[in-house]
This record gives sequence, C-alpha cells and structure tokens, in this order.
Amino acid sequence: MAEIPKEEYLKKCTSACAGCSSSLTLRYVLKAAGHDTVLVVPACCTSVIQGIYPNTAMNVPVYNVAFAAAAACASGMSEAFRSLGRKTNVIVYAGDGGTLDIGIQSMSGAFERGTDFLYICYDNEAYGNTGMQRSGATPLGARTTTTPTGKTVEKKDIDAIAAAHHLSYMATACSAYPQDIYKKVAKALTFRGPTFIHILAPCPPGWRYPAEKTIEMGKLAVKSGMWVLYERENNKLTISAPSKAAMRKPIPLEEYLGPQGRFKGIDPKSIEILKQRLADNLKHLAAEEEASA
Amino acid sequence: MKEIATGNKAIAKAVKQALPDVVAAYPITPQTEIVETIADFVTSGQMKSRYIPVESEHSAMAACIGASITGVRTFTATSAHGLLYMHEMTNWAAGARLPIVMANVNRSLGPGWNIWAEHTDAMQERDTGWLQVYVSTVQEAYDTTLMAFRIAEHNDVLLPVMVNLDGFVLSHIMQPLDTVEPGNFIPPIHLPHAIDVKNPAGYGGLTGPDQHFKFRWDIERSIRDSEKVIAATEADFAKRFGRKYGPVEEYRCEDADVILIALGTLGKEAEVAIDILRKEGIKAGSMRLRWFRPFPKLDLTGKDVVVIDRDYSFGYGGIVAHEIMAKCHCDVFSVIAGLGGQEVTYDDIAEFVRKRRIGTEFWFGVNAHV
Ligand SMILES: Cc1ncc(C[n+]2csc(CCOP(=O)(O)OP(=O)(O)O)c2C)c(N)n1
Ligand code: SF4
Repeated sequence: MAEIPKEEYLKKCTSACAGCSSSLTLRYVLKAAGHDTVLVVPACCTSVIQGIYPNTAMNVPVYNVAFAAAAACASGMSEAFRSLGRKTNVIVYAGDGGTLDIGIQSMSGAFERGTDFLYICYDNEAYGNTGMQRSGATPLGARTTTTPTGKTVEKKDIDAIAAAHHLSYMATACSAYPQDIYKKVAKALTFRGPTFIHILAPCPPGWRYPAEKTIEMGKLAVKSGMWVLYERENNKLTISAPSKAAMRKPIPLEEYLGPQGRFKGIDPKSIEILKQRLADNLKHLAAEEEASA
Repeated sequence: MKEIATGNKAIAKAVKQALPDVVAAYPITPQTEIVETIADFVTSGQMKSRYIPVESEHSAMAACIGASITGVRTFTATSAHGLLYMHEMTNWAAGARLPIVMANVNRSLGPGWNIWAEHTDAMQERDTGWLQVYVSTVQEAYDTTLMAFRIAEHNDVLLPVMVNLDGFVLSHIMQPLDTVEPGNFIPPIHLPHAIDVKNPAGYGGLTGPDQHFKFRWDIERSIRDSEKVIAATEADFAKRFGRKYGPVEEYRCEDADVILIALGTLGKEAEVAIDILRKEGIKAGSMRLRWFRPFPKLDLTGKDVVVIDRDYSFGYGGIVAHEIMAKCHCDVFSVIAGLGGQEVTYDDIAEFVRKRRIGTEFWFGVNAHV
C-alpha cells in the first residue's frame, strides 16, 4: 500500500459501531480526495459518525443536508465553486437508503445535468441510522426490522440505473479492498462531470456477524461473486483484479450467506434466485468486458 | 429607465441587476415567467450567473443551499405546491443561516386544482425562520427584490427572504416600471460561515439538547434585529432612488376611526375603497402590511379593525386576523376573501367596512357570519 498517503482526514474519535466498514471506507475515500474537498452528507450513519456539535471527526468541511437533498445540494455547491473559480472536490457520501430510495431523484437530476462531482454510495444494504430497516439495496431473503421474515423482493440494480445516465466514469468497490477504493476514488476525481462509485460496506449489527469479521465478510462477498468489482470508463468495462480471480472459481454462495445472522432461515427458493441472479450478473459483466475490450 | 412590465418580469430584472452567482429553479404556474426570463438572461449572456435547471423544488432549494454555503449570492422562485415541496429545505436554509432570496408567487393549494392567488402557501412557511414581505405593484416587486438581497445578506440578519406577489393579479399584470442602476446599493456578500477547505468544520451535524436551543434563539434574535436592517435599507433606497417603503403602508390613517388591514394587491385596492368610504363620511384608513416576518408593530388602540385574509387556518381562522388580535391585543372584524383568486372589488371591500361586526368572522361569497 505504498502509494496511500499517511495523512488522516477521519479522526479516531468517530462514534461508529465497532467493525464499521463504511467509516473505514470513508477513511480511504478522503485520503484519495485530499484536503481540497467538501463532503456532502445526507442523513445516514455518517452524519452520526462525524460526532456531535461543536466536535467533528473529519478533517475536511462536511456539509450535512436533508435526506433527499445531497446530490442537488452538491449541484449548487459545485456550480458555486465554479463561479468562484475554485477546483474543490465535491463528494457526496451517502448510504444506500439515501441513494436507492429517497435520494434517487436528486441523484438522477444531478447526473443528467452534468454536475461536476463524485457520488459515492456506501452500501450496508439497510437503513443503519434508524435501526436496520429494509432499503432498496437489501437483498432478497435478508431479515431486517421491517422484513422480519426475510425480504421478499430483490435488491434494486442501482448500477444499471446509474449507467443509464452515460457517466464517463463509474465503479463498484468493497470496503475489504482499500487499495482498490483509493485508486478508484482518485481516478474518478480526474474526470469532469458526474461520476459514481458504489461501495459494498458490510455492517456488523445489520448483517449480524461479529465485528472482527468485517474484512472477511467483504472478501466473502467478492469471492462468492455476490459482489463484483469493476469500473466502467467511457463505456469500457474492466473487471477489477480481485473479482477476476474470484470469477475463475467462485466459492459457494452459502459460504457468504452462512455466517450472517440476517440470512438465517432463508428459504431454499430465495437462495436459488440469488444464485441465478449472481450467475446472470457474472455472465453479463464478462460479456460486456469482452465486447468493450 | 421607464418601461412596462409584468410582476414576474420585474422580479427577473431585479435579480439580474443583483448579480447572483447561482440561480436554481423549477417551473410552476404562475411563477414560470420568472425562471424563463432568468434562463434567457443567462443563455443570452446578459447575466453571468450559473443557472441550474433542477428536477424538483426540493432540489431547487437544496441547490441554493449548497451554493449559498460556499458564500455566493443565490436566488430561486416558486409558488404554491412548489413551495410546499420545498418545505423541508426552507427550514434547512433558515436553520443554516443562508441568505437565499426567493420570489414566491402566491397561489392556492389543491385540491381542487386552482392556480389563482391565495396566501395560504406562504403562510404555511410562517414558522420556518424566513423573512416574508408581500408586494402590491410591479414597481414594488422590483424594488423589494433588490432590497431583499441586501437585507438577507446583512451580517446582522443572515436569513433567507421570501418576496411574495399575488399570482396573476400581480405576476402577470402589466404596469409601469422604473428600473434603476443599483450601483453599490447591494454590497458584496460576505458569509462569515462560508465553507473553507483551509479551515475544515462540520456544518449542520448532530447538535445536542445542550446546544440546539442556542441556534434557535439566534434565529429569533436576528429576526428581531432585521427590523433595523429593513428600516435602514428602505431609508437608503428612498434616498438613492426616491421611492419610500416601510413595514406598513398607511393610507389616510391619521384621523381614522376604522382601519382596514390586508396584504398584497388587496391591500393596495383597499385604498380605493377608503376613498369611497371617506366620500360617505366614514373615517376609514388602510394599513397594508408589507413585512409579515418580522411582524410590524401596529398601533390600533381605539380603532375599529377590519382584516381581510386571503388565507385560512382551518379550525382557527384568518391567519393575519389572529396575528393582529394576539399582537395588538384588539378584537377585529375578520373577513375571509379572495381565496383561490375569488374576485373582490373595491365596492366589496368598502362594504366589508360598512357592514363590519367586530368580533366576528365573515366568509365573503358564502355570506356567513360565524
Ligand atoms: C425525510 C426523512 N425521512 C426519514 C428520515 C430518517 N432517516 C434518517 S437516516 C435514515 C436511513 C439511512 O439509511 P442509509 O441511507 O442506508 O444510510 P445508513 O444509515 O445505513 O448509513 C432514515 C430513514 C430523515 N432523516 N429524513
Ligand atoms: S450501523 Fe453499520 S454502517 Fe452504521 S455505523 Fe454501525 S456498523 Fe457502521
């Protein structure tokens, strides 16, 4: 990890849960972005993680804004910086709820009008801040406080939705691969216009696994093919190294689902659907990569 | 420069001269002409602002908030449902102490679907911490918009300002307009808490019970302080450009026994009704409230007070009437008239005064004293 700077922008005094991978992720996001950055944060765990006024756990300005408003707020900020002649990075750091559900309208609007910003969705597959309710990102079969017997519908494909906006750069990442996050964030920030990174961020209380297994959990997601790391640069898709390796011989999905309390008692039919979706997705991505090579 | 313009055009012209850095807006009848005119100014290079055509009013206010916090001048415009859709963000703007200026073209709320004038939209924003002013002519719409930027951005205020104008009756009506060269009338904006990457801080984050009330009190204190700023701004405007405004526009009030109170265009039309009544020997005068927040101080002791509300709080009454009763410790004849563009003539207004029954509420058209 030679190239990652030592400079810390996320201080150790955060109020995140033990083993929180989304705050770990944020640490690398900020290292890649540097000090000339403003973070726009809608209501989510991150708005709590940063601490209580007058304290702050972050070393860049953080603008907290209402749940549905992050991307629109970033549009205003980005245009204002432009009118001031400044190059400051504007980064939205939003949860899956603030992205796939309530914030999707403002995100889509900002993408469409070409706002110069990076939108990062850290995906813990539920509403962490309000106590683990289902979100549009919760997978089929996962138990949350509002789907106590398991979610009956599938995870929304936000990447396909984002891709439909013809972004010049978009990527997926996972908290267990910090170097990959660092590289992708740094790259995204070299583009003008909207860019998008979707980062899987396992969450111990939400997924119901022991806090010390947070890195392992992210790795299992990638190794099973349930989560695929890739980047799409001007329509050219490249599958990232860890997923390339995993795709040659994915581990059985059960090895990923098994250690998570949220999938306890999942019915076999749901597992079959998840496996089918996983296989389709891998096939689809491999074909797209080949076609765009 | 003298010309003829609609209320909407007058607002757009004032915005152009105030040189905002960022305008973000979403169209809604009857405000549309404002955003179209500004978009045209920007596209044709007459205005240097960044114009953000957002996808909703929630986003329009969010974009203004994002821009404003960097320390630049911002403007938006809306009406009725657009304003209500913004409601979460209007609170955010005031709470974050951002001097955003917004024109709100007063329109009724559905259902039934009605696009005509009513003040209930703005009244539902009463408790957000925004300053609110209601204008009555095209000229006043223009002048007040110029003043709004200076008032909002004054460091003793730093609160958003809403300029209200009646849908169609003022937004679309053509009247003479005398534009000015504002010069240094609006000083450069200086937002003390503008985002600064060299001095990182958290904005709008968690604030515990031991701190939050201090921020609320700070808003209240600034609203109170805004009275002085408004007075000074209006005085300077009068000195430079010759047109005088105040929190209340009084007409023939000196020796009046009856005072008629209304907002916006109805308040202006009331002046004609006063002349009719005076001819009949009824000593009437009118007070048109321009500023609704901060609420002006009115001396109504010993007067019969008639209040026309173009708004209503269901289960409670006319909103302005109740504010006056509470603030001025008097009883009033409360008239509910003009809702959803309902036609109210000078003669109707004069008749309200003739038939006044202090202590009752009268719904015009329904003809019911309640
Ligand atoms: C308009 C509105 N509705 C509801 C909420 C309550 N709320 C705050 S955070 C949150 C869930 C956030 O979930 P997500 O975006 O997935 O982020 P996470 O908390 O998991 O980090 C909800 C429902 C709110 N702040 N605003
Ligand atoms: S709930 Fe999950 S995402 Fe939120 S702080 Fe805790 S571990 Fe992190």
